[in-house]
Amino acid sequence: MIDLIAIENHLPALQVVIPLLLAPFAILVSLPFLSWLVALFGSLFCLYSSVSLFFHVSEFGKINYFMGGWLPPYGIEYVIDDASSFMIVLISLMGVFATIFAYQSLKKEINKKSQSKVYGMWLLALGGLLGLVTTGDAFNLFVFLEISSLSSVTLVALGSKNDKRALTAAFNYLLIGAVGATFYVIGVGLLYSVTGTLNIADLTIKISELTGNNSVKAGISFIIIGLMVKAAIFPLHIWLPSAYTFAPSAVAVLLTATATKAALYVLARILFTLLFNADDFTVIILQWVLLPASIVAIFFGTIRAIFEKDIKKLLAFSSLSQIGYITIGLTLGTASGIMASFIHIANHSMMKAALFMGIGAISIQLNKSINVDDLKGLSKSMPVTSISLTVVILSLLGIPLTIGFISKVYLLKAVFSHGNWPILFIIVLTSFLALGYAWQMIENIWMKQPGDTTLTIKDDPKIYIPLVVLAVFNIIFGIYAYPIVNSAFNASAAIFWKAL
Amino acid sequence: MIHGILGIWNYWIVIILMMTGLFIVISRHNLVKKMVGLTIFQTSVFLFYISLGKVQGGTAPILTGYKDSLYSNPLPHVLILTAIVVGVATTALGLALILRIKSEYGTIEENEIAKLNTEENSK
Repeated sequence: MIDLIAIENHLPALQVVIPLLLAPFAILVSLPFLSWLVALFGSLFCLYSSVSLFFHVSEFGKINYFMGGWLPPYGIEYVIDDASSFMIVLISLMGVFATIFAYQSLKKEINKKSQSKVYGMWLLALGGLLGLVTTGDAFNLFVFLEISSLSSVTLVALGSKNDKRALTAAFNYLLIGAVGATFYVIGVGLLYSVTGTLNIADLTIKISELTGNNSVKAGISFIIIGLMVKAAIFPLHIWLPSAYTFAPSAVAVLLTATATKAALYVLARILFTLLFNADDFTVIILQWVLLPASIVAIFFGTIRAIFEKDIKKLLAFSSLSQIGYITIGLTLGTASGIMASFIHIANHSMMKAALFMGIGAISIQLNKSINVDDLKGLSKSMPVTSISLTVVILSLLGIPLTIGFISKVYLLKAVFSHGNWPILFIIVLTSFLALGYAWQMIENIWMKQPGDTTLTIKDDPKIYIPLVVLAVFNIIFGIYAYPIVNSAFNASAAIFWKAL
Repeated sequence: MIHGILGIWNYWIVIILMMTGLFIVISRHNLVKKMVGLTIFQTSVFLFYISLGKVQGGTAPILTGYKDSLYSNPLPHVLILTAIVVGVATTALGLALILRIKSEYGTIEENEIAKLNTEENSK
């Protein structure tokens, strides 16, 4: 008989191993529906394990899981603390939503013969991302970075049934992502050359004894640049807009909700856990690299989104500016700033995933990419989708009673207590600028007469259910924000306070 | 001074290869050549790790029975074994994508593809 308690003890490993193991099964069963069931089972298992790990961590504290029983610093360690459990719950929850949405959407959007194979890649991406946020080993982190990005590249390329530009988007994503990951490896190699360890906790101790060492500085710089590529922070974001635009809708949902967020989390951990003692250098990175990058990202993303007509691309550019808000929270270098970033990581995942789902639901029926004009009179033909989309768009703008408002409040509070007035001004200004792109969607949905194409489409319960649930989440957590705020507070404490 | 620079000649080779690879990735328009550049870039990193693991006069890290045998650090080799696998996967995926791009666009020159993409955009 299988010992259930023994399984519970191995959840930190299983939540990564199970999706990776299920991936070949999803490909082998070769019936789209069965493959989807395998993927759904995998993502539900991840949700179960991450939620139980989350509660375990919040009750008993951090879990250090030693892979194969080998003790660190020689073995590979998986660390589940308040921050990484926050991330695995987010990633696996969004993974479940995206998987539920994926079946109907992928059935229409990709070639028949790749329909079951796609779920193999889907599970690999999910497992890779979960491993990425839980591993405590710098080189293991690289492997997961590559597992998740190679499988996301494949997923993006599957959009080529509708639009061949998906292929070039995927190729650019692969090329830029591979250069970014190699930068990360160079950085890890430089750190290894001076410390002789790869375990992140051990690196933290060894680096703190080496302040001012040039190898450490060079290594950290390489690592930060590599992660900035993966997180799509401003000058290194080139792959993101086209990858999100031409990917199948479900893939865009998965990537926007999880992939960049996991990279942002790793960036935060490198900046604040690994570097807590290299003070001058951290301040230089935060003030002179990340801060200007995120300010430009916010303006660039918002303004490009205002003038963009293709809605998926508009959402991708809006993602760029939202990533800017997340990194601005990090650049403050205070616990409240990191907390604001974590809140926005979770909230932005929920908002953008819902938006991509809504737009996906329309584009599946019209069978083409959606322009702003295609939304005309949508409220008449697709009332449920329209209402959910509107809620989420309002949330993106930061209207009270939505999660977007919670994000803005905590970000502004963090900037306020830091006393950085120009940034405060920039955040408020760009929030108003965001009206420019959000309003044209709302206006077209509610106030325009429907065109010929819009009348032919209608709501489909099979597609809109995850969208409606996410829209409801947008309101529930906007009113009762305690769960997200509290766990983000614990996460920021795990990343920041304990390190000090 | 000269001795110091020449003494670490393997790292100079790593840097030269790294820059060559990155330059090819950025400057070439042919997608296959970009992949070649990427591979050179990654290989330079493999050399970097292997240089780190080398101990002067050390042998292979095998149990010989002698107590104080000097051996090279095996860990970077193991890491690079993994990184080589990742590199192979990246190259394979990249080349597969190039095949698909060739059959859809009829070209693998980046500027021609960009031209076709702008035509598609304005449609």
